[in-house]
Amino acid sequence: MANEAATYLPAGSPEDSTGDAGPERRRSTAGFGRYVLNRASGAVVSLVAVLFTGFFIFRILPRDPVEQIMLNTPNATPELEAALRSEFGLDRPLLVQFWEYLTNTLSGDLGVSIQYQVPVTQIIADRLWPTVLLSGTALVLCVTVGFSQGAIAAWRNGSKFDKRTVNIALLLYAAPAFWVGMIAIIVFARELRLFPTGRMVSATTPNEFWPRLLDTAHHMVLPTLTMSAMLYAGYLLIMRASMLDEMGNDYITTARAKGLRDAVVRRKHAMRNALLPTTTLVFMAIGNVINGAVFTETVFTWPGLGYTFFQAISVPDLPVLQGLFIVFSASTILANLTADILYWFIDPRSRKA
Amino acid sequence: MSSAMRNASSRSIRLARWRNTARTVWRDYRRQRSGVVGLVGLAVIALVAIGYPLLAEPSALSVTNATGGRLAPPGDGYPLGTDEFGRSVLLLVAQGTRVSLIIGVASASIAMVIGTLIGILAGHFEGKASWVLMRITEWFLVLPGLVVAIILVVVLGRSMTVLIIAIGVTSWAGTARVIRAQTRTVEGRPYLERAKALGAGHWHQMVRHVLPNVMPLVLASTVITVAAAILTESGLAFLGLYDPQNLSWGMLLNRAWSTGAMSAGAWWYILPPGFMIMIVVLCFNLCGRALEVAINPRLRR
Repeated sequence: MANEAATYLPAGSPEDSTGDAGPERRRSTAGFGRYVLNRASGAVVSLVAVLFTGFFIFRILPRDPVEQIMLNTPNATPELEAALRSEFGLDRPLLVQFWEYLTNTLSGDLGVSIQYQVPVTQIIADRLWPTVLLSGTALVLCVTVGFSQGAIAAWRNGSKFDKRTVNIALLLYAAPAFWVGMIAIIVFARELRLFPTGRMVSATTPNEFWPRLLDTAHHMVLPTLTMSAMLYAGYLLIMRASMLDEMGNDYITTARAKGLRDAVVRRKHAMRNALLPTTTLVFMAIGNVINGAVFTETVFTWPGLGYTFFQAISVPDLPVLQGLFIVFSASTILANLTADILYWFIDPRSRKA
Repeated sequence: MSSAMRNASSRSIRLARWRNTARTVWRDYRRQRSGVVGLVGLAVIALVAIGYPLLAEPSALSVTNATGGRLAPPGDGYPLGTDEFGRSVLLLVAQGTRVSLIIGVASASIAMVIGTLIGILAGHFEGKASWVLMRITEWFLVLPGLVVAIILVVVLGRSMTVLIIAIGVTSWAGTARVIRAQTRTVEGRPYLERAKALGAGHWHQMVRHVLPNVMPLVLASTVITVAAAILTESGLAFLGLYDPQNLSWGMLLNRAWSTGAMSAGAWWYILPPGFMIMIVVLCFNLCGRALEVAINPRLRR
């Protein structure tokens, strides 16, 4: 899971095109419209595949989801079993079930949660904002810190700073996010009593704008840092590799020969070019952000989608799991589409067929 | 090499070549300090996993035989304190080594087989078949792997086999992509042209020419996949998706978390399992990185 960031390479990146070297490499003059259409149709196919998978995993793989729920429910009655069965539509033929699932999902009806008896879309809408707030903050934090530190580490390749930064990154890369969160809670919340142990706002906070904002910020510190610890290493290592690539190029030597200051060459020349392939990676690694959200929100009982996902596991609340599967998958597909389109603008070298 | 040439059977030539490559890779590998550190670390951990039965008798971890206090801090007889049943945390962590390694290696092997197969097929064949395979690979790359693995375990039941399969089928895409790229470069080399001209079939080309050439890369990729698989396993176990029969480090952290070790401040129950996960994953990553550099001299800086 942690090394996913390293494997997410934008289409047309150097690693991807190594295989296409040779006689058949040709430059196409295909326009932006065709490029977008191409990528968008790929994304639509992926989305359809997600819908199929959602149906397949939840209706065909388990022999009987109702039986599983009955096993986990104390005082289960036959009436409940029959009710569940008709609610899931399991008493109808598979094709009818598929058609209903398809039309319902596409019209925005993801079913009703078993544990809350509330529409799944309602739950998702309620819990989207906390996740976006937490993940977004962590993402911005690690992109700025990880990218700049990665660039400096590569620039001073082999120095003490480089070695120390890479070692710390490799350690963080290997540490489970939830474990880092648990340690953070013990040290900073239980022992030092600096931050709250969980949730988004305290129950005692008055329902006014400023107190709530400050309290939320206070609650956010530990989860944000935990999630950042998990994401930071990936961004740092990618930026460092990209920067090392650029440093081998002649234009760097030229810039230096012109007598430009070292910092100027780094920021204005090398880093600007190294940022191209890495920027799209921010979007492509959105799957990592989802992983981070699941663990961080669970440890800190942060009321977002990741914590909701965790709460649905043990029940198991299949409609919620299915809904979140679709939401999570769709967001990674759309993020990748965004990355592809961005790539067209920021790196003209990618404009081949 | 020379004696092998004299015996000129194709098998001995192949063996000699293979030995030569292995020697070069090992020489380049040894030059990297971090890679050697990782290898030594893994050797020690493997010893713990294999030699665990010598450390303690099987009954030492049974809940009924536990003699220590509930969540007792480190003290005499319990170098790392006790868990919620009064069992030695040190022994629990030592026993967890085996399960975590088995799950990591087994699921990475599944990922390796699927990834290599799809990578070589997609790289060897051109046209529609390759296109379809790459779309599937990309799709698996895009899907949030952890979410899919969690759902698979929820739906199929919590057993070690299901955990291994779930992690395996969600983590092969990266390997497939790397192997495909490498296959494409191998495909452009003259000896494959020659084999084709001599009438070698697709199977022969892929197994005899492409596979041996991508094998080192497969190895490096697998080592890194093991690290990722162990992390994923610990995550699944932490979320409660473990096999109660087989105790892993992630499962220990789940027990610690759900039985109030956090509010009791029982750091001796929380630190060791996570620390072990971190060390093992780090060692596998260090080995994988060093192996990549040894195989691909272009990466050396």
